[in-house]
Amino acid sequence: MTESVADISSIIIEKLLANPKVPRNINGDSRIVEDLSFDSLAVMNFVMEIEDTLDVSVPLDKLADIRTINDLAQCLHEIKAAQA
Amino acid sequence: MTAGLFDKHQNLRTSYEALIAASPRNPFGVVIERPLSASVGIIEGRKTLLFGTNNYLGLSQSQKARDAAIETVSTMGVGTTGSRIANGTYSLHTKLEERLSQVLQRRHTMIFSTGYQANLGTISALVNKDDILFLDADSHASIYDGARLSGAQVIRFRHNDPADLDKRLARTKNASGARLVIVEGIYSMTGNIAPVDKFVEVTKRHNVTLMVDEAHSFGVMGDHGRGVAEMQGCEDGVDFVVGTFSKSLGTVGGYCATNHDEIALMRLCSRPYMFTASLPPEIIASTLAALEEIQARPELREKLRENSERLHQGLKKSGLSTGDFVSPVVAVTLEDVPQALTFWNALLEAGVYVNLSLPPATPDNRPLLRCSVMAAHSAEEIDQAVAAFTDIAKKLGLTA
Ligand SMILES: Cc1ncc(COP(=O)(O)O)c(C=O)c1O
Repeated sequence: MTESVADISSIIIEKLLANPKVPRNINGDSRIVEDLSFDSLAVMNFVMEIEDTLDVSVPLDKLADIRTINDLAQCLHEIKAAQA
Repeated sequence: MTAGLFDKHQNLRTSYEALIAASPRNPFGVVIERPLSASVGIIEGRKTLLFGTNNYLGLSQSQKARDAAIETVSTMGVGTTGSRIANGTYSLHTKLEERLSQVLQRRHTMIFSTGYQANLGTISALVNKDDILFLDADSHASIYDGARLSGAQVIRFRHNDPADLDKRLARTKNASGARLVIVEGIYSMTGNIAPVDKFVEVTKRHNVTLMVDEAHSFGVMGDHGRGVAEMQGCEDGVDFVVGTFSKSLGTVGGYCATNHDEIALMRLCSRPYMFTASLPPEIIASTLAALEEIQARPELREKLRENSERLHQGLKKSGLSTGDFVSPVVAVTLEDVPQALTFWNALLEAGVYVNLSLPPATPDNRPLLRCSVMAAHSAEEIDQAVAAFTDIAKKLGLTA
């Protein structure tokens, strides 16, 4: 099964909201560093959690281009498709 | 003109200035006026116990190593002024490589000018953009930087978690490039010891290459001091061992050792090996002397083990949060940066120097007081350091 980008986006948002420090009003266009106040280490650690849920591994260089939650969802979708 | 050049440092400047404002002294500007011995140095005019070095066996002050350096300086001068592949290889360099191969029981050893470069030079020569590197999430900066220099894809796995690595290797089983896994023997910030034997099982099962950075474990772990892989009886499963001279050996420099004969060509493609001057002869001579001392005095390792146990037990008993591994590095985890700054300054004022490690250089975003013990510490010195920790923790209301 391959989730759509929108499905992945919802999974990410649900996981983010499990963290009480994350603002409640986030959506697919929220910027991970600016709007969520994640530093690079926090981003890497969060991505590890999502990787387990979706059973993918994201190479670090891919993270450099990611700004928003939707960017991350798109990236995960592509990797998952390539891995299938 | 520097128009716009330093704008990118603005965030760093803000955090740095806040840190300096909150601390009576710059925690990154400590000056050891001079060492009096391996375990005592003069800081701010006072005798201070050194509990934040990597001088695990105390050999930075070895008489034999000093004598070797002095003798070599007086016969060969102070530097080589050249690359290992040009005019920078003296017979001493090849002698040290041969001796390290014997000690490490590997067919080949390459030496580098620092441990940092050993990681950069080994990783960037082994993998390129078509390959995948699997790094422990808590890897040292030199491993991350080596990964960047190589251009390989980097996949992080959870710290000390072979099962997590296993999953990630399985996901990339159809990848076309080579796959290299890197772990450390002892992690420098926390003292955590890697389950290298379990990593060997996983890498064998997936038929991928394993490199182990034994920077903090060479001379320290294993019956002969070859490191964590020796201690866990899995050296055969380790393809490349990287290490440094700047910790148990007390000098400066790094190495990569392996049984793979292809390493010969690494000398002609590893940029951090080629495009830098080789180590000065007196460093090579003192490193050789320190290596002999490690071989000849296994009691240093025994003493270090006893001391590690004593420091670890003592700090645990004080009620502070420490790791579970008994190794020469013991990290006390604190809640936030202001608390860590206050604690660190109080220790220094009480005559105990430890390393202050702040996020993002620490795992989990929490500050650490990194303590390390040496074979050269006396039981009294360790007790004195533990007493300072216990006392300050109570005064700050961190423990009962
Ligand atoms: C795990 C690890 N690898 C490599 C290095 C680099 O060694 P050096 O300081 O000798 O360049 C260090 C220490 O700095 C380290 O902790």
